[in-house]
Amino acid sequence: MDLNYAALLPEILLAVAGILLMLAIPVLPSRQQVRLGYAASLALAAALVTALLQWGDHGPAFFGMVSMDALGGAARILFLVSSAAVALISVSYLKRERLRHGEYFPLLLMATVGMSLMAVSADLIMTFLGLEILSISSYVLAGYRRGDPRSNESALKYFLLGAFSTAFMLYGIALLYGAAGSTKYAGIAEAATQGQAETATFLLGLGLLLVGFGFKAALAPLHVWTPDVYQGAPVPITAHLAVGSKAAVLITLLRLLHQVFPASADQWQTLLWIASAATMIIGNVAALTQTDVKRLLAYSSIAHAGYILLGVIANSPRGAQGVLFYLAAYSLMTLGAFAVVQVFARREERFTKLEDFRGIGYRHPLLSVSLTIFLLSLIGIPPTAGFYGKLFLFSAAVEADLVALVILAVLASAVGLYYYLQLIVLMFMKEAASPPEPVPVPLAARIVILLMAAGTLYLGVYPAQVLSIAGEAAGL
Amino acid sequence: METYLFYALALILVTFSILTVTARNPVRSAVYLVSALLAVAGFFFLLEAEFVGAVQVLVYVGGIMVLFLFVIMLVSIEALDRQPKVSRQWRTGVVLAVVLCLELSLLIFRGTVSLEEGLAEPGIITTTETMNTEAVGTVLYSTYLLPFEIASVLLLVAIVGAVVLAKKEI
Amino acid sequence: MIGPNHYLFLSAIVFTIGAVGVLTRRNVIIIFMSIELMLNAVNLNLIAFSAHLQDLAGQVFVVFVITVAAAEAAVGLGIVIALFRNRETINMDEIDLMRG
Repeated sequence: MDLNYAALLPEILLAVAGILLMLAIPVLPSRQQVRLGYAASLALAAALVTALLQWGDHGPAFFGMVSMDALGGAARILFLVSSAAVALISVSYLKRERLRHGEYFPLLLMATVGMSLMAVSADLIMTFLGLEILSISSYVLAGYRRGDPRSNESALKYFLLGAFSTAFMLYGIALLYGAAGSTKYAGIAEAATQGQAETATFLLGLGLLLVGFGFKAALAPLHVWTPDVYQGAPVPITAHLAVGSKAAVLITLLRLLHQVFPASADQWQTLLWIASAATMIIGNVAALTQTDVKRLLAYSSIAHAGYILLGVIANSPRGAQGVLFYLAAYSLMTLGAFAVVQVFARREERFTKLEDFRGIGYRHPLLSVSLTIFLLSLIGIPPTAGFYGKLFLFSAAVEADLVALVILAVLASAVGLYYYLQLIVLMFMKEAASPPEPVPVPLAARIVILLMAAGTLYLGVYPAQVLSIAGEAAGL
Repeated sequence: METYLFYALALILVTFSILTVTARNPVRSAVYLVSALLAVAGFFFLLEAEFVGAVQVLVYVGGIMVLFLFVIMLVSIEALDRQPKVSRQWRTGVVLAVVLCLELSLLIFRGTVSLEEGLAEPGIITTTETMNTEAVGTVLYSTYLLPFEIASVLLLVAIVGAVVLAKKEI
Repeated sequence: MIGPNHYLFLSAIVFTIGAVGVLTRRNVIIIFMSIELMLNAVNLNLIAFSAHLQDLAGQVFVVFVITVAAAEAAVGLGIVIALFRNRETINMDEIDLMRG
């Protein structure tokens, strides 16, 4: 087993780019700091190209700390796309809010490195470090509007609950290490098949690990921090938390449960069944009464994590395929929705109330039509990505005899119909309360919105290609 | 001897842990925590993990806790008096704690047997063969090279983050 | 003879004390210190297992946990300072601007 540096080329590229960006801060005159954002986007694009070229490379690297496979490769591509979109909508945001570009983008790049490492890790130590890089940079980014008490509060709550959940996760890892004698995925899986899976130490360790992941993925009843954190964070960072960060945690959870803990499937399936049901119900019901669009999308993202769990619980390659396809669809539509919110919020995020969207339909057709596409996709109406996402996820769950949970998910989606449609109705059917005010749509944000809308429709019409990639990643 | 040391250190650790979470004044709380951390370091030496014990004293006690004390001095002295000691939700906390404690002890006592049943596979390098520090160093720079490098990325993120958040003018 | 079970039990006690501290105290810094206590309980566990298994992975893991604790301390205390500058409080009960 050797080092095989090339396996982690995209991550190394991002880390080096992050450091170079920081070195560039004192060199660039303050008017040109905007370029750092575009440089970060370019670095993400370069890493994406590298990751695409490496698609199909398999095998361990760095003394078995990481292991390249199709799942890791697909996850990496998803994270890079998500971070690139976040970087592009951040450029105009930072300029508008007069925030510093210099430290923001390196932190975003490092967070992406953390997500990637989680997805390709083959050792719990590595997973833990990847998660911590992601978490710590996210704490800082959530509090990046230093002068705004809401942003401070968001960072503090995220930090305290994140650190608390880290402790639980670590306790779980420690117990698993004691029970299995190894922190390597392969070692734990092997020990589990040799009877260790039945011991209380092992099960308690797994349980505490799941508690930690539940916190980070905002699964009910451990979701309470989510709305406050998402509402207080800068909009592009809310998008990063709802999409990239959440996808990284869910994919790592998927890999752990399907590849490391299949021997304890009965136990974790029961736990996740309850968590999934609670997450779907609470997310959708709580979203009904929201008046702030960021908070609404926060609850919506909680609910979607509940749907995604269906594919995890199914414990089959088809389930994993459904999870990956859904994550791709979810990323496109959620990033798009947040891009619209970012542009619409304007200076100091003054316009994030649902009421502010009243009657904008014909006045800002680009924003309202694309937001409508994203919302329809979040509901799951054809021909959008969300429809096929739910279809594949639910059919995989039915195959795995999770009929009751699927019925629950369909009912919960029906509740979701109400609050998503309410926003669409507000945009198109109601008269605006206040006189029109211009909403400038910067070029980079416009590109993101259009690409995400196109992607959402593409997946809704031709799902086959992405589905086959997801299938390959799931080991079908 | 080992047994006496264990119980003495355990008594110190538990006492100072309780004092840490119950102290009204954060400065006292920090000092109690330092004592608890030193007791943990004592356990590390007792378990022949000298390197980690030294790191615990240097980094945790010497670094992290000093940072805590700095921030306490910076932030909370005047804010101390008007603070309720415990939160409005202390009852939930206590109930949760009792449940957690019972569950943990129950599971650990039940799991006891299986844990002791011959799990001791030989490790990468057995600690008895060489000096502990040397052994840890060797492993850290070979098998765990990637996590080691990644830890430096983590620290870089933390440095940048702390400056971005806490500096008055940037 | 002191075996891993003694350490398991001790670390469970310390972990629980820390968790109670997090849940009951309202001073942000004391909550944070309680979390540090929980991390130390984990470290104790890892070293005890490492000794029991004669395996160095546990000790290496503790080095990383301490690194992460240091990083978290820097960022967490930075957040506390930023918050205190704007709000003049570090009491969790008063930190409640957003409601939905």
